[in-house]
Amino acid sequence: MIEVSNLCKTFGTKTAVDNLSFEVKKGEVLGFLGPNGAGKSTTMRMVTGYFPPTSGSISICGIDILTQPEAAKAKIGYLPESAPLYDDMTVRGFLEFAAGIRGLEKRAKDDAVEQAIETCFLNKVAHQAIDTLSKGYRHRTCLAQSLLHDPEVLILDEPTDGLDPNQKHEVRQLIKRLGETKAILFSTHILEEVDAACSRAVIVDQGKIVANGTPQSLRDEYKMDSLHDIFRKVTTADTAA
Amino acid sequence: MKQTLNHTKAIYKRELGSYFNQLTAYIAIFIFLIFVMIMTFAVAQFMRVGDASLQYTFFYWHPLVYVLLVPIVGMRMWSDEHRSNTIELLGTFPISTWSAILGKYLAAATVWLAALALTFPIWITTNYLGDPDNVVIFSGYLGSFLTCLSFLAITSLVSSFSKDQVVTLVISSFLCFLLFLLGFDQVARWIQTMAGEGLSEVFTATGVWDHFRSLNVGNFRLQDFVWFATVISASLVGTNFILTSKRS
Ligand SMILES: Nc1ncnc2c1ncn2[C@@H]1O[C@H](COP(=O)(O)OP(=O)(O)OP(=O)(O)O)[C@@H](O)[C@H]1O
Ligand SMILES: [Mg+2]
Repeated sequence: MIEVSNLCKTFGTKTAVDNLSFEVKKGEVLGFLGPNGAGKSTTMRMVTGYFPPTSGSISICGIDILTQPEAAKAKIGYLPESAPLYDDMTVRGFLEFAAGIRGLEKRAKDDAVEQAIETCFLNKVAHQAIDTLSKGYRHRTCLAQSLLHDPEVLILDEPTDGLDPNQKHEVRQLIKRLGETKAILFSTHILEEVDAACSRAVIVDQGKIVANGTPQSLRDEYKMDSLHDIFRKVTTADTAA
Repeated sequence: MKQTLNHTKAIYKRELGSYFNQLTAYIAIFIFLIFVMIMTFAVAQFMRVGDASLQYTFFYWHPLVYVLLVPIVGMRMWSDEHRSNTIELLGTFPISTWSAILGKYLAAATVWLAALALTFPIWITTNYLGDPDNVVIFSGYLGSFLTCLSFLAITSLVSSFSKDQVVTLVISSFLCFLLFLLGFDQVARWIQTMAGEGLSEVFTATGVWDHFRSLNVGNFRLQDFVWFATVISASLVGTNFILTSKRS
């Protein structure tokens, strides 16, 4: 459902993403790991059609995002890294706006908003102004936005960032559940989440894939028990360079 | 096509709501009305002069007021999207950049349409006191609104560059002021004595004043509409270009 091949992105002279290829099929949850600045968010911004790639191709459900951006974007639900929101709206107002943009109307729109509020536990704050929300609630509101249109492809940039332990657990369960019927690509710095939610993991470092496989196959390959050790082995630490 | 329209409508509704949520619209409309009333009744002495078509007493001041107030309303148009990064949401929604540009532009334009509409007591007063040519008054309103729309389009372009609203405000105001000065009566005369007839005519045709003024007195000249259409569409096309190239 997500097919990425030979993706490159350079900013000026700096290469952020270097010849990346991977695939996420329906029913798969791909964990996207890597140190800070590895190029995870940049890759996701390209896959969602926000950044045009320097070179390479991306197709979403068989639709090329470069030639048919609107059709491809309609298939995607996206949670950006910074969980951006319109501060002057209420949670419900914002979700209604996003649902409207997604082409939902009347009953379908109300149902979708209700469902998203339910799924992300936003009942308590549904009528609150967004600029008065706590960080975790902001994050959940933006996550809710990505689920409204029941997309076939979900791209979540650090979906559990800033959430309390209960909510982290809920979101992992949610990702796992949704992953049965969708293709999900999500990035994280919490390696426990790989075991908890992912069917496969990719580790990127300096824009390149350095490891790719199911959590078990990674353990077998590197003959290590802990994903932390594997992560440390395959990526270059800033402190070393 | 129908989809594009729906997207534009969704953006438009959100923007308009936020203008009225954040009080920006009320404040701008309020200041505009106060300022125009003061100018019309106190400074230009509308009652004493008996300027029935409102040319000198009422419309005369509009461009100068717009120079500051239009950028104040428009400065958050794209600057705020850049600052809060909501531009990343807009950029990944299944909509074209044009829907967003037009939706935002039309919402800000609606605020100004409301402001102009609220000056209706002046129009009623002139009709009550005398027998004005209402076609000329309409043409005056049209000139005023088109001037406002031009400044708004320039603000849209400037705001697409910067995530700092204050920078947007200062630069757009400056550009609008330049456009205002270029053809303004005194300045035009000054340029004429300094640089001669030819250059003066070029400047006058480039500035907004001549075009605004000609509609004010009820002249429907093709060149004026061409000027307004050019400034507005060029600025909006520029906005689209900047937003697109900012992403890469
Ligand atoms: N708009 C931009 N202009 C210039 N350089 C950029 C831009 N966006 C990202 N970069 C650079 O690209 C590299 C990859 O950044 P990216 O945000 O993708 O990292 P990341 O893997 O998401 O890191 P983190 O774990 O900290 O979120 C970084 O070195 C960053 O400085
Ligand atoms: Mg990131």
